[in-house]
Amino acid sequence: MSDKKVDAKGYWAATIRLTLSLLAIWFVVSYGAGILFRDFLDQFSIGGATLGFWFAQQGSIYVFVGLIFYYCWAMARLERKFGVEG
Amino acid sequence: MDWTLFFVITTFALYVGIAIWARAGSTDDFYVAGHDVHPTVNGMATAADWMSAASFLSMAGLIAFLGYGGSVYLMGWTGGYVLLAVLLAPFLREFGKFTVPDFVGDRYYSDVARIIAVICALFVSFTYIAGQMKGVGVAFSGFLGVDFNIGIGIGMVIVFFYAVLGGMKGVTYTQVAQYCVLIFAYTVPAIFMSLIITGNPIPQLGFIGNTAGEDISMLQKLNSVVTNLGFQEYTQTDKSMFDVFAITGALMFGTAGLPHVIIRFFTVPSAKAARLSAGWALVFIAALYTTAPAVGAFARINFIDTVNESTYIADDADYEAEAAAIAAAGGTPVPTWYKTWEKTGLLEYEDKNGDGIMQYRGPNAPDGLENEVNPNQDIFVLANPQIAQLPAWVIGLVVAGGLAAALSTAAGLLMVISSAVSHDICRRTLFKDMDDKTELRVARGAAAGAVVAAGLLGIFSAQLGFVAQVVAFAFGLASASLFPVIFLGIFWKRMNKEGAIVTMLFGLISTFAYIVYFKFGAGTADQYLFGVSPEGIGFVFMWVSGALGIGTALATAPPPQDIQNLVEDIRVPGTRQAHGMADEGMAPTTSS
Repeated sequence: MSDKKVDAKGYWAATIRLTLSLLAIWFVVSYGAGILFRDFLDQFSIGGATLGFWFAQQGSIYVFVGLIFYYCWAMARLERKFGVEG
Repeated sequence: MDWTLFFVITTFALYVGIAIWARAGSTDDFYVAGHDVHPTVNGMATAADWMSAASFLSMAGLIAFLGYGGSVYLMGWTGGYVLLAVLLAPFLREFGKFTVPDFVGDRYYSDVARIIAVICALFVSFTYIAGQMKGVGVAFSGFLGVDFNIGIGIGMVIVFFYAVLGGMKGVTYTQVAQYCVLIFAYTVPAIFMSLIITGNPIPQLGFIGNTAGEDISMLQKLNSVVTNLGFQEYTQTDKSMFDVFAITGALMFGTAGLPHVIIRFFTVPSAKAARLSAGWALVFIAALYTTAPAVGAFARINFIDTVNESTYIADDADYEAEAAAIAAAGGTPVPTWYKTWEKTGLLEYEDKNGDGIMQYRGPNAPDGLENEVNPNQDIFVLANPQIAQLPAWVIGLVVAGGLAAALSTAAGLLMVISSAVSHDICRRTLFKDMDDKTELRVARGAAAGAVVAAGLLGIFSAQLGFVAQVVAFAFGLASASLFPVIFLGIFWKRMNKEGAIVTMLFGLISTFAYIVYFKFGAGTADQYLFGVSPEGIGFVFMWVSGALGIGTALATAPPPQDIQNLVEDIRVPGTRQAHGMADEGMAPTTSS
């Protein structure tokens, strides 16, 4: 379809790296902060809520939203870099 | 009552108006709204599509009862969007077909795989839709005094209008309207309650703030109130950590694998738009999901405040006179909202110690009294405006919001069901030379049939306590069968037809059997596999079915070269060569 030089391999490798790092954060804020390390985090608090509980019921959701928009931004950058149409 | 009628009629007229405006002219319009929905608009439609009667009516109530245990729903039903955004949506959009079985059938060059995917999609969607129709019936019977079955009938007529006429195009724009209605209806009472309880108008801040006029945080106060009544601390759970982990996982991966959510991402113009759309969807969803834990906590406080230790008044007694007498004697009469809702069966009171006073207690009450009041979780969102004594129009708004949530999700599910029948079974499997016009007629017919089937299912499932089972079924099946097969189809070129069939069949059968055995059969909690409850088992079986699929794929022949090329093409936007977007460009000779 396109005549431009598209570095598909480089693009895909970079996409995988980005995806893995985002999923690492995704895991840490939900399963990590909200469940596995919840008891540890509960010694801190944010306002009137303990931190682990807050991550489980509020914080993880805010981070998820941020992650997806960062992904959009980072993918647009990758697409420019590797000449992909997007 | 008058306000309720006003809001319900106004919003329904709006939905029908949109349906007439957004008529579908082609199968492209009907299945994917012509592939040209703006990402933000699609995000809003996805949010309404996703947030069902369960999210709107039941979730805050579940959290009110479960406290920290309710977090599984909050994290699970939002975290799935991260998976959807980075693992599935952009690639499926790049693939560019109409349905989830389309992808499975073409990617795995097999009509057997396509049909199994159809079965998974239909099974998930039908269980889910029954709960929506039931929600419609509850809202009508609880507020408008309409018979439960007639309420479902009215809901069916409305959905029929925009789903059958407008297809995905009509559904998309009605869902946008429904999102606006439902989010307004959800946040207005939450803001009122937050103001009353914490003095802060923003529920998310009130949630972590202090109790109004006191020097103790709202959550600490709630913890002490519930433990004094013999419940577990609000910020704790009695589920094991692994179980909480597994349930969250099943809900997340299940969310990403739900066909009615995935097909929303086929409606945007590009892979880039699909990513952005997932972000917007989660913003709109988060608006409700970050409010819900606050509503849950406030509702628990309000419920205990108004009901516990109040004096019961029988149905046949003169409420006004009795209430005045009780108040004069220094007691608290049972609130009027309680008497209103008692009729729906969502609240039960049994005077075990014969003192006429309503004791609400947990299992370990320090004063040794038995619990006498059993509220259903759905009562909290529905009755909250009355419990907090909000103006009458707020109550009407909540009803309209609940109906919007149920109808928008039902419409999305209907699209999955009708396209599975008309496109995947008829056009792609049985009658491959069917033309576009005929397919559109078949699609409308299938949508009409699905509306009727869904209504009947709603009526017959009314006797079952359906919400919890639906959650276990729909998400478990989606996470154990559809998610791994789509994920591997994109990220592992070597995955072949044999592997896909094994993955889907194992995921479907094992999860189905486990849930039926423990939810409807003889199973007891001590027999749980690794201590995982039926709600979370989809997460465990997802890994097993994925591993079995990979093993099978490695033991059999790799997929044909043109399929491997297809996978490479959908990974990189704009490079698709072999298989075009329109039906003419369907992958060549895909049947096995």
